[in-house]
Amino acid sequence: MPQIQSPLPGTFYRSPSPDKPPFKADGDAVAVGDVIGLIEVMKSFHEVKSEVAGANIRFACDNEEPVMAGAVLADLD
Amino acid sequence: MLKKLLVANRGEIAVRIIRAARDLGIATVAVHSDADTESLHVQIADEAVNIGPPAAKKSYLNIPVLLKAAEDTGCDSVHPGYGFLAENAGFSDAVTAAGLTFVGPSGDAIRLMGDKVAARSAAHAAGVPVVPGSAGRIHDIDEARHILIDTGFPVMIKAAAGGGGRGIRIANSLAEFETAFPQAATEALAAFGDGGLYMEKVITQARHIEVQVLGDGTDAIHCFERECSLQRRRQKVWEEAPSRALSPRLRDELCASAVRLARAVGYSGAGTIEYLYDDAADRFYFIEMNTRIQVEHPVTEMITGIDLVAEMLRIAGGEPLRLRQSEITPRGHAIEVRLNAEDPARDFAPFPGTVTDLRIPGGPGVRFDSMLYAGYTVPPFYDSLLAKLIVHAETREAAIARLTRALSELRIDGLKTTKPLFLALAADPAVQAGAVHTRWLEGWLETHAARLVPELEP
Repeated sequence: MPQIQSPLPGTFYRSPSPDKPPFKADGDAVAVGDVIGLIEVMKSFHEVKSEVAGANIRFACDNEEPVMAGAVLADLD
Repeated sequence: MLKKLLVANRGEIAVRIIRAARDLGIATVAVHSDADTESLHVQIADEAVNIGPPAAKKSYLNIPVLLKAAEDTGCDSVHPGYGFLAENAGFSDAVTAAGLTFVGPSGDAIRLMGDKVAARSAAHAAGVPVVPGSAGRIHDIDEARHILIDTGFPVMIKAAAGGGGRGIRIANSLAEFETAFPQAATEALAAFGDGGLYMEKVITQARHIEVQVLGDGTDAIHCFERECSLQRRRQKVWEEAPSRALSPRLRDELCASAVRLARAVGYSGAGTIEYLYDDAADRFYFIEMNTRIQVEHPVTEMITGIDLVAEMLRIAGGEPLRLRQSEITPRGHAIEVRLNAEDPARDFAPFPGTVTDLRIPGGPGVRFDSMLYAGYTVPPFYDSLLAKLIVHAETREAAIARLTRALSELRIDGLKTTKPLFLALAADPAVQAGAVHTRWLEGWLETHAARLVPELEP
C-alpha cells in the first residue's frame, strides 16, 4: 500500500490557505508530483509533492497537526 | 517595583527577559508549549506553565490561556517580548483589564503606531520628516493621481492595515499605476478586511537607521541609533551601533525627532522609531514605530551600558525615567549578527535539529544571547533564530575583527546555521567600508550564496 511521508518536521496543512479548499479531498486520486499539502517549518512553507501514484487518498494526519520528518501523512490504494 | 512577571514568549528573548527580571529581584514565570518543555527559558525561570499544543495560535498567541497562567501563578505583570503578541493592542488591553501590568505601551499607543496612516500623521504632526506621499488614507484614484505630483515614480502603494512587507505594490509608470491601484485596494480588503491605501515615494537606495527611545508616559529620551541596512527579504541579519553614515549634526536631528514623536504620543516603555536614510540627499524619513523591545536591542546596550529590558521593567513598575539625556553617552562600536537555523547555500532553507555540541565564544567585548545548550532539540514550529552574537570594540574596524574572531570560536554542531554568511560578510570590502544599503545584501547573495556552505559536524 503506497504511503506519502512528510519530508520535513513541522506543521502539516491540507490547504494552501485557511479560506481555500484542501489540495486533495479524501478519496481523490493522486499522480506523481501532485501537491497534497504544505509543511510549515520555522515560518517557511514547503509543498509536499507525492512521489507515488495511487487512488483513494486517506489522510493519516489532521490539518494543522505537528509532524516529524518521515511521519505518514496519507495512505493510497 | 514589579514582584512577579509572566514572560509571554519563548526562545532567546524569553531567556533575556528572565535574566533582566532576576537581576532586579523580580520572580519569573515561563510559559511553554508542548514542543518547548525542554527549553532553556523553562529551566531558568522560577516557575513554568504549559500553555498548550505546539501551534503558536493555540499556545503563545492564546490570550485567555496566557491570562489564566498569570492569574494561577499570582503574577502582577506580563512581558510580551517581541513577535507573537508584542504589538497586539488587544493583548495590552486584556492584560490591563485583568488588573495586571503590561510591560509595554498602552493598547491605544500600540493601535496608533500599528495603523501606518495614523502613525505617519502623528510623525508629521510632531515635525518628523516623512517620505513624500499621501497625508493619510487615500479616498479615491483621483486623489491618488494628484499625490503622484509629489512622489513621482517609482511609487509604492501600501495597505494601511499591512505590515512586515505585506500588502505593498510598486508602480514604475502612470500605466502601471492605473492598473496597480485598484488591484491593491481589492487585495487589501481581501487580506486585511480593510481596503484603505496610502502612497509613498520609493527611495531606491537607502539605509535603514532606527532610534531607540525610552518613555515613561510623560518624558522620553533616546539611546542613539542603530543601522540595520543588511537585510534579506526585509529581515535584518546584521545590526550595528552607531551608524557611521550619519554626520554628528544629522545624528542630533534624527535622535531629537524620535524623542519628539515619543513625547507627542505619551509613549511608555522601550520603543524604536525606524527611518530610511538617503545618503545621496543626506535626508532621513520616518517609516514606522515598533512599540516593543527589538531583536537587535543589545547593540544599543553595548554602546550605552544601559540594560533596556531592565529599564522597561522599572518603567512598568511605575518608576519615572532614571536617566537624563545628558547621562547617555555612546562609547565604541557594537555589531550583532543573527545566527539562524538556516542553510545559506540552499536559499536559507530552515534546518531544525539537535545541538550535539556547543562552543560559545567569549573574551573581551563578546556577548552571546541564546537559548541553546548541548543536547537541545530546536523545534520546527517557531522562527529560526538560534542566537545573537554581539561584539563591542573601540572602533568599527576593531568590532569587525572581533566578530571574525568570535565567529571562528563558535561551534553549533548538529545544525546548519548562518555562521558562514557572517564570516563572508565580515571579510567583504563593501561591508568593511560600510558602503551598503537595504537591497545590497540580496544582490551580493546572488553571486556569493553558493559558497556559504555550513560545515555540519556529526
